[in-house]
Amino acid sequence: MAFTLYTLIQTAILCINAIAVLHEERFLSKMGWGADQGVGGFGDDPGVKAQILNLIRSVRTVMRGGASMASTTLQNCSVHLNK
Amino acid sequence: MDYSAAQSGFRQRKLQHNMRLRNSSVDGPDGGQLFDDTSAAGPANQGVYRNQQAGPQAAGPPGQSFLSDPMSNLAMVYGSSLATQGREMVDKNLDRFIPISKLKYYFAVDTVYVGKKLGILVFPYMHKNWEVSYQQDTPVAPRFDVNAPDLYIPTMAFITYILVAGLALGTQNRFSPELLGVQASSALVWLIMEVLAVLLSLYLVTVNTDLTTIDLVAFSGYKYVGMIIGIIAGLLFGRLAYYLSMLWFCGAIFVFMIRTLRLKLLSEAAAEGKLVRGTRNQLRMYLTMSIAAAQPVFMYWLTYHLIR
Repeated sequence: MAFTLYTLIQTAILCINAIAVLHEERFLSKMGWGADQGVGGFGDDPGVKAQILNLIRSVRTVMRGGASMASTTLQNCSVHLNK
Repeated sequence: MDYSAAQSGFRQRKLQHNMRLRNSSVDGPDGGQLFDDTSAAGPANQGVYRNQQAGPQAAGPPGQSFLSDPMSNLAMVYGSSLATQGREMVDKNLDRFIPISKLKYYFAVDTVYVGKKLGILVFPYMHKNWEVSYQQDTPVAPRFDVNAPDLYIPTMAFITYILVAGLALGTQNRFSPELLGVQASSALVWLIMEVLAVLLSLYLVTVNTDLTTIDLVAFSGYKYVGMIIGIIAGLLFGRLAYYLSMLWFCGAIFVFMIRTLRLKLLSEAAAEGKLVRGTRNQLRMYLTMSIAAAQPVFMYWLTYHLIR
Protein backbone atom coordinates (compact mmCIF):
# COMPACT_ATOMS: atom_id res chain seq x y z
CA MET A 1 0.00 0.00 0.00
CA ALA A 2 1.60 3.21 -1.07
CA PHE A 3 0.92 5.81 1.54
CA THR A 4 2.32 9.25 1.10
CA LEU A 5 2.63 12.05 3.58
CA TYR A 6 -0.14 13.83 1.79
CA THR A 7 -2.59 11.01 2.40
CA LEU A 8 -1.59 11.10 6.04
CA ILE A 9 -2.43 14.78 6.27
CA GLN A 10 -5.70 14.17 4.46
CA THR A 11 -6.60 11.34 6.83
CA ALA A 12 -5.81 13.44 9.87
CA ILE A 13 -7.93 16.33 8.66
CA LEU A 14 -10.84 14.05 7.82
CA CYS A 15 -10.71 12.37 11.22
CA ILE A 16 -10.62 15.69 13.04
CA ASN A 17 -13.46 16.90 10.89
CA ALA A 18 -15.48 13.81 11.74
CA ILE A 19 -14.96 14.40 15.44
CA ALA A 20 -15.88 18.03 15.10
CA VAL A 21 -19.22 17.44 13.40
CA LEU A 22 -20.62 15.18 16.08
CA HIS A 23 -23.71 17.02 17.14
CA GLU A 24 -24.07 17.68 20.82
CA GLU A 25 -27.80 17.44 21.33
CA ARG A 26 -28.93 14.98 18.77
CA PHE A 27 -26.29 12.40 19.13
CA LEU A 28 -23.94 12.58 22.05
CA SER A 29 -26.48 13.19 24.77
CA LYS A 30 -28.61 10.36 23.49
CA MET A 31 -25.70 8.01 23.86
CA GLY A 32 -24.80 9.33 27.28
CA TRP A 33 -21.67 11.00 26.00
CA GLY A 34 -22.75 14.60 26.49
CA ALA A 35 -20.39 17.28 27.63
CA ASP A 36 -21.90 17.57 31.06
CA GLN A 37 -22.14 13.88 31.74
CA GLY A 38 -19.38 11.74 33.05
CA VAL A 39 -16.83 14.37 33.99
CA GLY A 40 -17.75 14.17 37.62
CA GLY A 41 -14.76 12.57 39.22
CA PHE A 42 -11.79 14.73 40.07
CA GLY A 43 -9.86 11.90 41.56
CA ASP A 44 -6.73 10.52 40.04
CA ASP A 45 -8.61 8.05 37.89
CA PRO A 46 -10.63 9.75 35.16
CA GLY A 47 -11.23 6.56 33.25
CA VAL A 48 -11.25 5.95 29.54
CA LYS A 49 -14.74 7.31 28.88
CA ALA A 50 -14.04 10.64 30.55
CA GLN A 51 -10.82 10.97 28.60
CA ILE A 52 -12.59 10.34 25.32
CA LEU A 53 -15.26 12.89 26.18
CA ASN A 54 -12.58 15.42 27.06
CA LEU A 55 -10.83 14.75 23.79
CA ILE A 56 -13.99 15.17 21.72
CA ARG A 57 -14.92 18.38 23.51
CA SER A 58 -11.44 19.88 23.14
CA VAL A 59 -11.26 18.98 19.45
CA ARG A 60 -14.59 20.65 18.88
CA THR A 61 -13.49 23.77 20.74
CA VAL A 62 -10.32 24.04 18.73
CA MET A 63 -12.21 23.46 15.53
CA ARG A 64 -14.48 26.40 16.27
CA GLY A 65 -11.35 28.49 15.89
CA GLY A 66 -8.88 28.54 13.05
CA ALA A 67 -8.62 24.84 12.35
CA SER A 68 -11.79 24.93 10.26
CA MET A 69 -10.06 27.45 8.03
CA ALA A 70 -7.15 25.07 7.64
CA SER A 71 -9.44 22.24 6.62
CA THR A 72 -11.21 24.35 4.00
CA THR A 73 -7.90 25.46 2.53
CA LEU A 74 -6.74 21.87 2.41
CA GLN A 75 -9.89 20.82 0.61
CA ASN A 76 -9.36 23.57 -1.95
CA CYS A 77 -5.77 22.46 -2.45
CA SER A 78 -6.79 18.85 -2.95
CA VAL A 79 -9.42 19.89 -5.47
CA HIS A 80 -6.75 21.77 -7.40
CA LEU A 81 -4.27 18.93 -7.23
CA ASN A 82 -6.67 16.22 -8.25
CA LYS A 83 -7.71 18.00 -11.43
CA MET B 1 34.06 37.03 -3.59
CA ASP B 2 32.25 38.01 -6.71
CA TYR B 3 31.89 41.53 -5.46
CA SER B 4 35.60 41.98 -4.84
CA ALA B 5 36.51 40.27 -8.11
CA ALA B 6 34.18 42.55 -10.02
CA GLN B 7 35.57 45.53 -8.20
CA SER B 8 39.16 44.63 -8.92
CA GLY B 9 38.15 43.95 -12.51
CA PHE B 10 36.70 47.41 -12.68
CA ARG B 11 39.81 48.76 -11.08
CA GLN B 12 41.89 46.81 -13.59
CA ARG B 13 40.43 48.78 -16.44
CA LYS B 14 41.11 52.05 -14.64
CA LEU B 15 44.65 50.94 -13.82
CA GLN B 16 45.35 49.94 -17.38
CA HIS B 17 44.05 53.26 -18.54
CA ASN B 18 46.29 54.98 -15.99
CA MET B 19 49.27 52.97 -17.07
CA ARG B 20 48.72 53.84 -20.69
CA LEU B 21 48.47 57.48 -19.79
CA ARG B 22 51.56 57.30 -17.64
CA ASN B 23 53.53 55.55 -20.35
CA SER B 24 52.51 58.03 -22.97
CA SER B 25 53.26 60.89 -20.65
CA VAL B 26 56.61 59.46 -19.77
CA ASP B 27 57.63 58.74 -23.30
CA GLY B 28 56.67 61.96 -24.98
CA PRO B 29 57.98 62.91 -28.38
CA ASP B 30 61.58 61.72 -28.92
CA GLY B 31 62.74 60.87 -25.39
CA GLY B 32 63.01 63.30 -22.54
CA GLN B 33 60.46 63.50 -19.81
CA LEU B 34 57.60 65.90 -20.35
CA PHE B 35 56.44 65.58 -16.76
CA ASP B 36 58.39 64.97 -13.59
CA ASP B 37 58.13 61.60 -12.08
CA THR B 38 56.42 62.78 -8.89
CA SER B 39 55.71 59.38 -7.32
CA ALA B 40 58.79 58.40 -5.35
CA ALA B 41 58.44 54.74 -6.17
CA GLY B 42 57.03 55.10 -9.65
CA PRO B 43 58.21 51.88 -11.29
CA ALA B 44 57.58 50.07 -8.00
CA ASN B 45 53.96 51.31 -8.04
CA GLN B 46 53.51 50.08 -11.52
CA GLY B 47 54.90 46.74 -10.44
CA VAL B 48 52.38 46.52 -7.61
CA TYR B 49 49.53 47.44 -9.94
CA ARG B 50 50.60 44.81 -12.41
CA ASN B 51 50.70 42.27 -9.60
CA GLN B 52 47.18 43.20 -8.62
CA GLN B 53 46.02 42.67 -12.14
CA ALA B 54 47.70 39.34 -12.43
CA GLY B 55 46.41 38.09 -9.08
CA PRO B 56 42.65 38.01 -9.64
CA GLN B 57 43.06 37.05 -13.27
CA ALA B 58 45.12 33.98 -12.58
CA ALA B 59 43.07 33.16 -9.45
CA GLY B 60 46.35 32.80 -7.64
CA PRO B 61 47.05 33.14 -3.91
CA PRO B 62 44.31 35.39 -2.60
CA GLY B 63 46.29 36.92 0.20
CA GLN B 64 47.73 40.02 -1.40
CA SER B 65 45.10 40.81 -3.97
CA PHE B 66 42.01 40.67 -1.74
CA LEU B 67 43.08 41.83 1.66
CA SER B 68 45.22 44.69 0.55
CA ASP B 69 42.10 46.17 -0.98
CA PRO B 70 40.27 48.03 1.81
CA MET B 71 36.82 47.78 0.23
CA SER B 72 36.90 44.04 -0.20
CA ASN B 73 38.26 43.66 3.30
CA LEU B 74 35.30 45.54 4.69
CA ALA B 75 32.94 43.50 2.55
CA MET B 76 34.40 40.25 3.84
CA VAL B 77 34.14 41.27 7.47
CA TYR B 78 30.56 42.42 7.00
CA GLY B 79 29.65 39.25 5.19
CA SER B 80 31.08 37.01 7.86
CA SER B 81 29.28 38.93 10.60
CA LEU B 82 26.02 38.58 8.65
CA ALA B 83 26.61 34.86 8.34
CA THR B 84 27.19 34.48 12.07
CA GLN B 85 24.05 36.42 12.86
CA GLY B 86 22.02 34.36 10.45
CA ARG B 87 23.29 31.13 11.87
CA GLU B 88 22.48 32.18 15.42
CA MET B 89 18.95 33.12 14.40
CA VAL B 90 18.42 29.81 12.63
CA ASP B 91 19.73 27.90 15.63
CA LYS B 92 17.48 29.74 18.01
CA ASN B 93 14.36 29.28 15.90
CA LEU B 94 15.08 25.69 15.00
CA ASP B 95 15.47 24.80 18.63
CA ARG B 96 11.87 25.74 19.21
CA PHE B 97 10.50 23.15 16.79
CA ILE B 98 12.99 20.35 16.94
CA PRO B 99 14.72 20.13 20.31
CA ILE B 100 18.26 19.75 19.07
CA SER B 101 19.82 19.38 22.50
CA LYS B 102 17.45 16.59 23.41
CA LEU B 103 18.17 14.86 20.12
CA LYS B 104 21.87 14.92 20.87
CA TYR B 105 21.25 12.71 23.88
CA TYR B 106 19.80 10.03 21.68
CA PHE B 107 22.79 9.95 19.39
CA ALA B 108 25.39 9.71 22.13
CA VAL B 109 26.28 6.14 21.35
CA ASP B 110 29.42 4.19 20.80
CA THR B 111 30.28 0.94 19.12
CA VAL B 112 30.05 -1.19 22.25
CA TYR B 113 26.55 0.05 22.96
CA VAL B 114 25.41 -0.57 19.40
CA GLY B 115 26.81 -4.06 19.45
CA LYS B 116 25.17 -4.94 22.75
CA LYS B 117 21.86 -3.41 21.76
CA LEU B 118 21.76 -5.32 18.48
CA GLY B 119 22.53 -8.46 20.43
CA ILE B 120 19.59 -7.77 22.76
CA LEU B 121 17.32 -7.08 19.80
CA VAL B 122 18.19 -10.37 18.19
CA PHE B 123 18.22 -12.47 21.38
CA PRO B 124 16.43 -10.79 24.26
CA TYR B 125 15.86 -13.94 26.27
CA MET B 126 19.08 -13.94 28.25
CA HIS B 127 19.11 -10.29 29.25
CA LYS B 128 18.34 -9.97 32.93
CA ASN B 129 18.28 -6.36 33.99
CA TRP B 130 16.03 -4.16 31.88
CA GLU B 131 15.97 -1.05 34.01
CA VAL B 132 17.16 2.27 32.73
CA SER B 133 19.62 3.78 35.15
CA TYR B 134 19.17 7.39 36.12
CA GLN B 135 21.60 10.00 37.23
CA GLN B 136 19.93 12.57 39.43
CA ASP B 137 16.59 12.43 37.69
CA THR B 138 17.92 12.51 34.14
CA PRO B 139 18.39 9.31 32.23
CA VAL B 140 21.94 8.31 31.59
CA ALA B 141 23.24 8.66 28.05
CA PRO B 142 22.96 5.51 25.92
CA ARG B 143 26.70 5.17 25.92
CA PHE B 144 26.66 4.17 29.55
CA ASP B 145 23.45 2.20 29.79
CA VAL B 146 22.48 -0.51 27.38
CA ASN B 147 18.78 -0.26 28.24
CA ALA B 148 18.41 3.37 27.29
CA PRO B 149 16.66 4.03 23.97
CA ASP B 150 18.66 5.69 21.24
CA LEU B 151 17.89 7.02 17.81
CA TYR B 152 21.03 5.89 16.04
CA ILE B 153 20.00 2.29 15.50
CA PRO B 154 16.44 3.12 14.34
CA THR B 155 17.64 5.78 11.89
CA MET B 156 20.31 3.56 10.41
CA ALA B 157 17.94 0.62 10.28
CA PHE B 158 15.28 2.67 8.53
CA ILE B 159 17.68 3.87 5.85
CA THR B 160 19.08 0.38 5.42
CA TYR B 161 15.56 -0.98 5.11
CA ILE B 162 14.83 1.40 2.24
CA LEU B 163 18.04 0.39 0.48
CA VAL B 164 17.40 -3.31 0.99
CA ALA B 165 13.85 -2.84 -0.28
CA GLY B 166 15.28 -1.27 -3.40
CA LEU B 167 17.67 -4.20 -3.71
CA ALA B 168 14.83 -6.69 -3.35
CA LEU B 169 12.75 -4.91 -5.96
CA GLY B 170 15.74 -4.80 -8.25
CA THR B 171 16.29 -8.53 -8.14
CA GLN B 172 12.72 -8.97 -9.28
CA ASN B 173 13.02 -6.42 -12.07
CA ARG B 174 10.45 -4.22 -10.44
CA PHE B 175 12.78 -1.38 -9.60
CA SER B 176 12.61 2.25 -10.61
CA PRO B 177 14.08 5.19 -8.71
CA GLU B 178 10.69 6.61 -7.78
CA LEU B 179 9.88 3.39 -5.97
CA LEU B 180 12.58 4.15 -3.41
CA GLY B 181 10.84 7.37 -2.56
CA VAL B 182 7.48 5.62 -2.42
CA GLN B 183 8.85 2.96 -0.06
CA ALA B 184 10.48 5.58 2.12
CA SER B 185 7.40 7.74 2.47
CA SER B 186 5.16 4.74 2.98
CA ALA B 187 7.30 3.37 5.81
CA LEU B 188 7.59 6.83 7.33
CA VAL B 189 3.81 7.25 7.27
CA TRP B 190 3.31 3.91 9.00
CA LEU B 191 5.84 4.93 11.62
CA ILE B 192 4.10 8.23 12.25
CA MET B 193 0.70 6.55 12.48
CA GLU B 194 2.03 3.99 14.90
CA VAL B 195 3.58 6.63 17.13
CA LEU B 196 0.37 8.68 17.04
CA ALA B 197 -1.73 5.64 17.90
CA VAL B 198 0.52 4.82 20.85
CA LEU B 199 0.41 8.43 22.03
CA LEU B 200 -3.37 8.48 21.78
CA SER B 201 -3.75 5.28 23.72
CA LEU B 202 -1.30 6.48 26.36
CA TYR B 203 -3.41 9.60 26.75
CA LEU B 204 -6.63 7.65 27.03
CA VAL B 205 -5.35 5.31 29.69
CA THR B 206 -3.83 8.22 31.67
CA VAL B 207 -0.53 6.61 32.30
CA ASN B 208 1.93 8.73 34.17
CA THR B 209 5.09 7.84 32.40
CA ASP B 210 8.27 9.55 31.39
CA LEU B 211 8.19 8.13 27.89
CA THR B 212 8.73 11.00 25.51
CA THR B 213 7.63 11.05 21.90
CA ILE B 214 11.20 10.50 20.75
CA ASP B 215 11.38 7.41 22.97
CA LEU B 216 8.34 6.04 21.20
CA VAL B 217 9.88 6.76 17.81
CA ALA B 218 12.99 4.91 18.94
CA PHE B 219 11.02 1.90 20.14
CA SER B 220 9.03 1.80 16.92
CA GLY B 221 12.23 1.95 14.94
CA TYR B 222 13.82 -1.08 16.55
CA LYS B 223 11.73 -3.48 14.51
CA TYR B 224 13.48 -2.43 11.30
CA VAL B 225 16.53 -4.43 12.34
CA GLY B 226 14.54 -7.65 12.22
CA MET B 227 12.90 -6.62 8.97
CA ILE B 228 16.24 -6.04 7.28
CA ILE B 229 17.62 -9.42 8.31
CA GLY B 230 14.36 -11.08 7.26
CA ILE B 231 14.45 -9.55 3.80
CA ILE B 232 18.11 -10.40 3.30
CA ALA B 233 17.51 -13.98 4.40
CA GLY B 234 14.59 -14.17 2.00
CA LEU B 235 16.70 -12.86 -0.85
CA LEU B 236 19.59 -15.19 -0.20
CA PHE B 237 17.86 -18.40 0.78
CA GLY B 238 14.29 -18.23 -0.47
CA ARG B 239 10.88 -17.89 1.08
CA LEU B 240 11.34 -20.51 3.78
CA ALA B 241 14.28 -18.62 5.22
CA TYR B 242 12.24 -15.43 5.09
CA TYR B 243 9.40 -16.95 7.07
CA LEU B 244 11.69 -18.56 9.61
CA SER B 245 13.71 -15.42 10.26
CA MET B 246 10.56 -13.29 10.44
CA LEU B 247 9.12 -15.72 12.96
CA TRP B 248 12.24 -15.51 15.05
CA PHE B 249 12.44 -11.73 14.95
CA CYS B 250 8.72 -11.27 15.59
CA GLY B 251 9.10 -13.27 18.77
CA ALA B 252 12.25 -11.38 19.69
CA ILE B 253 10.75 -7.93 19.21
CA PHE B 254 7.61 -8.99 21.07
CA VAL B 255 9.59 -10.05 24.11
CA PHE B 256 11.85 -7.01 23.86
CA MET B 257 8.93 -4.57 23.77
CA ILE B 258 7.07 -6.23 26.60
CA ARG B 259 10.08 -6.32 28.86
CA THR B 260 11.03 -2.74 28.08
CA LEU B 261 7.55 -1.25 28.31
CA ARG B 262 6.59 -3.20 31.39
CA LEU B 263 8.96 -1.14 33.48
CA LYS B 264 7.80 2.13 32.02
CA LEU B 265 4.07 1.75 31.79
CA LEU B 266 2.97 -0.47 34.59
CA SER B 267 2.94 0.49 38.19
CA GLU B 268 5.71 -0.62 40.48
CA ALA B 269 3.98 -3.63 41.91
CA ALA B 270 2.71 -4.97 38.64
CA ALA B 271 6.05 -4.59 37.00
CA GLU B 272 7.63 -6.92 39.48
CA GLY B 273 5.28 -9.67 38.49
CA LYS B 274 2.76 -9.58 41.30
CA LEU B 275 -0.84 -9.78 40.20
CA VAL B 276 -2.48 -6.47 40.98
CA ARG B 277 -6.22 -6.23 40.48
CA GLY B 278 -8.04 -3.17 39.29
CA THR B 279 -9.25 -2.03 35.92
CA ARG B 280 -6.51 0.50 35.52
CA ASN B 281 -3.73 -2.00 35.83
CA GLN B 282 -5.57 -4.32 33.53
CA LEU B 283 -5.86 -1.56 30.96
CA ARG B 284 -2.17 -0.86 31.23
CA MET B 285 -1.37 -4.52 30.74
CA TYR B 286 -3.59 -4.67 27.68
CA LEU B 287 -1.92 -1.52 26.35
CA THR B 288 1.54 -3.01 26.75
CA MET B 289 0.50 -6.23 25.09
CA SER B 290 -1.17 -4.50 22.17
CA ILE B 291 1.81 -2.23 21.52
CA ALA B 292 4.07 -5.23 21.54
CA ALA B 293 1.71 -7.26 19.37
CA ALA B 294 1.44 -4.49 16.78
CA GLN B 295 5.15 -4.73 16.06
CA PRO B 296 5.12 -8.15 14.36
CA VAL B 297 2.06 -7.10 12.37
CA PHE B 298 3.92 -4.08 11.04
CA MET B 299 7.01 -6.13 10.39
CA TYR B 300 5.08 -8.53 8.23
CA TRP B 301 3.04 -5.82 6.55
CA LEU B 302 6.04 -3.82 5.44
CA THR B 303 8.05 -6.72 4.06
CA TYR B 304 5.78 -9.31 2.55
CA HIS B 305 5.38 -7.50 -0.74
CA LEU B 306 9.14 -7.48 -1.21
CA ILE B 307 9.51 -11.25 -1.20
CA ARG B 308 7.65 -12.93 -3.98
